[in-house]
Amino acid sequence: MTTASGSRDLPTILNRNAEKGVLRFITCGSVDDGKSTLIGRLLYESTNLFDDQLDALAGESRRYGTQGEALDFALVVDGLEAEREQGITIDVAYRFFATEKRRFIVADTPGHEQYTRNMATGASNADLAVVLVDVRKGIAVQTRRHTRIASMLGIRHLVLAVNKMDLIGYDEARFRSVEAEFSAFAEGLGFLSLQSIPVSGVFGDNITYGSDATPWYSGPALLEYLDTVEPAVETLKGAPFCMPVQYVSRPNPDFRGYCGRLAAGQLRTGSRVKVATSGMTTSIRRVISGFDDVDSAEAGDSITLVLEDDIDVSRGDALVSDDSDAAVSDQFQVRLLWLSRAPMIPARPYILKTGPREVAASVMSLKYVEDVNSGEHIAANTLSMNEFGLATLTTAMPIFFKKYADNRALGSFILIDKSSNETVAAGLFNFSLRRADNIQMQPLEINKNARMILMRQRPRCLWFTGLSGAGKSTIANLLEKRLYAQGNFTYILDGDNIRHGLNRDLGFTEADRAENIRRAAEVAKLMVDAGLIVIVSFISPFRAERDLAREKFSPGDFIEVFIDARLEDCERRDVKGLYAKARSGKLKNFTGIDSPYEAPQSPDVHIDTGLLSPDDAVTAILTALD
Amino acid sequence: MLYSIGKDSGCMLHLARKAFWPAPPPFPLLHIDTRWKFKAMYAHRDKIARENGMNLLIHVNEEARREGVGPFTHGSSYYTDQMKTQALKQALDADGFDVVFGGARRDEEKSRAKERIFSFRSQGHHWDPKTQRPELWNQYNTRIHAGESIRVFPLSNWTELDIWQYIYDEQIPIVPLYLAAERPVVERNGQLIMVDDERFPFAPGERPTMRKIRFRTLGCWPLTAALESEADTLEAVITETLLAKTSERQGRLIDTDQPGSMEKKKQEGYF
Repeated sequence: MTTASGSRDLPTILNRNAEKGVLRFITCGSVDDGKSTLIGRLLYESTNLFDDQLDALAGESRRYGTQGEALDFALVVDGLEAEREQGITIDVAYRFFATEKRRFIVADTPGHEQYTRNMATGASNADLAVVLVDVRKGIAVQTRRHTRIASMLGIRHLVLAVNKMDLIGYDEARFRSVEAEFSAFAEGLGFLSLQSIPVSGVFGDNITYGSDATPWYSGPALLEYLDTVEPAVETLKGAPFCMPVQYVSRPNPDFRGYCGRLAAGQLRTGSRVKVATSGMTTSIRRVISGFDDVDSAEAGDSITLVLEDDIDVSRGDALVSDDSDAAVSDQFQVRLLWLSRAPMIPARPYILKTGPREVAASVMSLKYVEDVNSGEHIAANTLSMNEFGLATLTTAMPIFFKKYADNRALGSFILIDKSSNETVAAGLFNFSLRRADNIQMQPLEINKNARMILMRQRPRCLWFTGLSGAGKSTIANLLEKRLYAQGNFTYILDGDNIRHGLNRDLGFTEADRAENIRRAAEVAKLMVDAGLIVIVSFISPFRAERDLAREKFSPGDFIEVFIDARLEDCERRDVKGLYAKARSGKLKNFTGIDSPYEAPQSPDVHIDTGLLSPDDAVTAILTALD
Repeated sequence: MLYSIGKDSGCMLHLARKAFWPAPPPFPLLHIDTRWKFKAMYAHRDKIARENGMNLLIHVNEEARREGVGPFTHGSSYYTDQMKTQALKQALDADGFDVVFGGARRDEEKSRAKERIFSFRSQGHHWDPKTQRPELWNQYNTRIHAGESIRVFPLSNWTELDIWQYIYDEQIPIVPLYLAAERPVVERNGQLIMVDDERFPFAPGERPTMRKIRFRTLGCWPLTAALESEADTLEAVITETLLAKTSERQGRLIDTDQPGSMEKKKQEGYF
């Protein structure tokens, strides 16, 4: 039993603990190459397992283990019931251990292709990757995929752990052949170092200590190497300062502070500061860190800033140094790793989230998809799950960003699907394709207001959505006649007609449907600007695309009209015979049959065709316009 | 922000106060009260809330309390479900909280090591460990539909030693039970259980004995085992922690009442 007298060295011990660097690494590679076992072994041998955990491990090894009576170290990290039952890793596990020199956070990532996104989750914050390969199987597709993801996410140090050496009698030639194949593959992926080590997770060869079984190997054991490798450090402190604002603190009328973590550079009281997107400038009056006022702060510090002047700053804005060449743009070249089962749809608006900012964004064009094995660039229109590619991305508003290579925090983002809220992609900013301040619109003197006055009407877009055969065209025609009789200037954009001309190059895939809607919305917008009342009559089945259309208009100029008819009724009427074709399989991707219709959740006008005649429907729409 | 009165809660509250200072944290504290916490914990809770000017919400599963659900009479599993899991869900539903902070750490337990920092809960507060959202860098997806919620674990990557170090560096007040003192205990199944009030059901002839003990982790007193120790200062406790041969959750009897225990409880909505 230790007594209180043992505490004399405590400040020294704690200081040393606090000063120890932290190395974050992942283990990755293909299924069954022994990742979990290796980490379990590391924890066991660095005595980071407690007695009760060892007892539990012995019990579980007998119950689920794959090693007979011996301890099954994989069970140390496979913490989910389903993982222990199936003997696989599903999600990333984080474990912590320390040596005399360093503290480690290790993420054990899953090998199965379907769980690749969990591997990326672990890799995104890592300094180093330990890639495991089963020496008997050699380099697998997942080995290459994981190595590429590690490279893309900026990991600069690799360890190739050639595992299960015990099963081939510690044969050097076999080790050298795997090492050569992997080195050739990893060359050109931007790694600063690659250390190959022959290991056995089950027997512990070259994990903590060098092994007698591999006298031909003179390099370090895995833990020795992890203790000494120098991770690539982001040089954040030298850059111009930048702080994305996470929170505006207004506890009382006399205090307004901007809270966030300094993502780059250094600042002090009196430093000149500018809002990246608006360009407004002022200087820093107070820097608050915790409960104290301080003179200065540097990258990594969480602080609250009080400014000299009252300028407009809100959550998501970035406060940057006055002299920084702040990069603000609304069009970027980006690298994307697609994480969702639903493939990427060009032109569909997703939500881009980077730090505290959320903004609508669309992938305008995909330059290529990267082949996992060869790295070859393949032309493609979409990205599927686990694929990565290079794309052009536009945002609805200009945002502040950094190149990922310069700053991971400011150079990374995720894309979120608007209706499912799923995280569908991880992305890295490469560079801006244009500077937002160079694309100011040509100001025109005869504008929408001027035309509105001349034409004596309020121009608007009436967006009709509904199933094929719901009665959109019928109601649109009647409505236009009534408006014409009142002396209004109008135009109808009809889905079928537009597909014969402007959109004749588009089919009925999800991607083409998105582009179909985008073009219709752009044309409608021009017509509204020209002063017309435009009736757009498109099935427009997807909520995301209708939202995209709405965002192009000023508030109040876009009226969503839901022509609501039951599918059975539309199908029974089947004026154009399309439902019959779709049912017999002659027509693919038909809305309501084999392609979904997402009804509006809160349309501006809801026409229930079961209750209203076409004439009554027109009256209802006109009433809503007043 | 969930406040369990333990050392991790203490660190989390301290961090929140520093993050928002000079404003107070713009959210209330929520304590799920099982009615079986140590008396010293209740005293500490009220003192901390008062001194920091925090709005403290306290929730008890009143129905279960009326039925007299307790750890000695109903078994640890049913008791934990009723007084902790169900009580937590009731409290979150009652006020419609859609984001709640918790002080859980990944180094505590195997299924926690798998959990995201922003951990998504479906309607009914269920956790599905097989379909967690990817979570890259520090880019957190906070979007949810009505009825869904997110549990946020800011201390995910802290270790037990980090917690003690922070308490030491920042002089954060802790419940005195973390420090060794003479206290009345009964030995049950090799575990030392402290007799904290008159509800302890003694076996015939059983008497508590006074031993110098402390707690490495604090929960409900009948379900939290003590360890014998001479460490009666913060410094001594930290030194003992550095030399410990058992994990801190060994004293938590509910972790092991069935295989995959913690994961099952978490799927059902336990913190």
